[in-house]
Amino acid sequence: MEEKEKKQLSSVPEKHNAFVDWVNGEERPKTEKKVIRENIRRPKKEKKEDEIKNYRKFKKVYIGLAIAMCCAFIVLLLVVVNFDPSFGIIDAPTNNEVSAKYIEDGLADTGATNVIASMILDYRAFDTLGESTVLFSAVAAVIILLRRDEEKRNAKEQAEFDKETAVIKEETLTEEKYPNIILQVISKFVIPIIFIFGIYVVLNGHLSPGGGFSGGAIIGAGLILYAVSFGDRKAKKFFNFKIFTAITSGALLTYAGLKCYSFYTGANHLHSIISTGTPGAILSGGLILPLNICVGFIVACTMFGFYKLFSKGEI
Amino acid sequence: MDYILNHYYEIASMILFGIGLMGLLLHNNLVKKAIGLNIMDTAVYLYLASRGFVFGRVAPILGDNLSPDAAQYINPIPAGLVLTGIVVSVSTTAFFLALIQRLYKKYHTLNLDEIMIKSKQEKEGE
Repeated sequence: MEEKEKKQLSSVPEKHNAFVDWVNGEERPKTEKKVIRENIRRPKKEKKEDEIKNYRKFKKVYIGLAIAMCCAFIVLLLVVVNFDPSFGIIDAPTNNEVSAKYIEDGLADTGATNVIASMILDYRAFDTLGESTVLFSAVAAVIILLRRDEEKRNAKEQAEFDKETAVIKEETLTEEKYPNIILQVISKFVIPIIFIFGIYVVLNGHLSPGGGFSGGAIIGAGLILYAVSFGDRKAKKFFNFKIFTAITSGALLTYAGLKCYSFYTGANHLHSIISTGTPGAILSGGLILPLNICVGFIVACTMFGFYKLFSKGEI
Repeated sequence: MDYILNHYYEIASMILFGIGLMGLLLHNNLVKKAIGLNIMDTAVYLYLASRGFVFGRVAPILGDNLSPDAAQYINPIPAGLVLTGIVVSVSTTAFFLALIQRLYKKYHTLNLDEIMIKSKQEKEGE
């Protein structure tokens, strides 16, 4: 029996000849399983430091490869640019009959004097619906990642959540105890002007440069200024999470519904009841004005939603 | 010389794109990577916007001109493409920054090397 165990143990490295130690009067004998387990555990620790060394080696190779690839890529791009048509010449291949059609027939077909607005909100309105959906899904993804709400957490995460809640509450109390007087006085004067300008840019999208996206960004900036200078509690009175979801979902669905009507009448060659109006008037351009308003709502709510989610964790 | 005179906007946009790409790949700080991505996007807008320009023509806003002639206005199509690009860039930057905030909450550092090493150690310790 002893010889068999000695033979089995001799396959194990010398420092672990525990049976011999035990016979010589030292510790309790470690069974074969324990010895083998310890052997396996030790190489794992060395593996961890090896992993870090491997990572640093990989990082050096990665930096060298990245620099080489980037330089090659930039040189390739600069060579390819040579084959482009010259900047600003008249007979470039990009100025073909498509752009001529948009400029010449834009006013007659859509009634909008801004050719770009008639292009993105009438001829290519489905593309703009896709863009609004991209904004909506970005804000939905950020809500999933960052919103702090009531859900089941295990003990460690619950402790961190409570700490964050306490910190945010303290910040809110400090904001209200020491208000920014300079900021508040000037904001009372400036915020209405910002909103009026933003609404003007949205409503005049079909007559002059502007439209839903830029006007929406301006209105969003006005909302952010209001939330920064007057505090969270006042901003929540007229803009909380329910209103936010109602406005964004409602605007996107309204856009889709209005365009469905356009597609239906256009595909079946029916006469749509939306007239194009006199060029130059506000109520012209067919469906472009309502669509601009929908896009403006979505962009403004998205901008404000991003600010609130990043700073406070809830809208 | 001819090459630079004819294509200065495109050359500038390609150089900006290269700067952004190197910033994205080589910085260790995660926020600087997001800035590199934004610089790449801006370079693409410059390229697209420069492809629509024609010397001597004006922007395609018809004022009182009821019968427009296509030879008076620049090409409006690249402007629509730039609009789409800007919206996509804003959305990806917002998502990137939200991910960075969650990573910071878990690892308490913004350095990509340290995050990789810490996550490897966590995996080993399991």
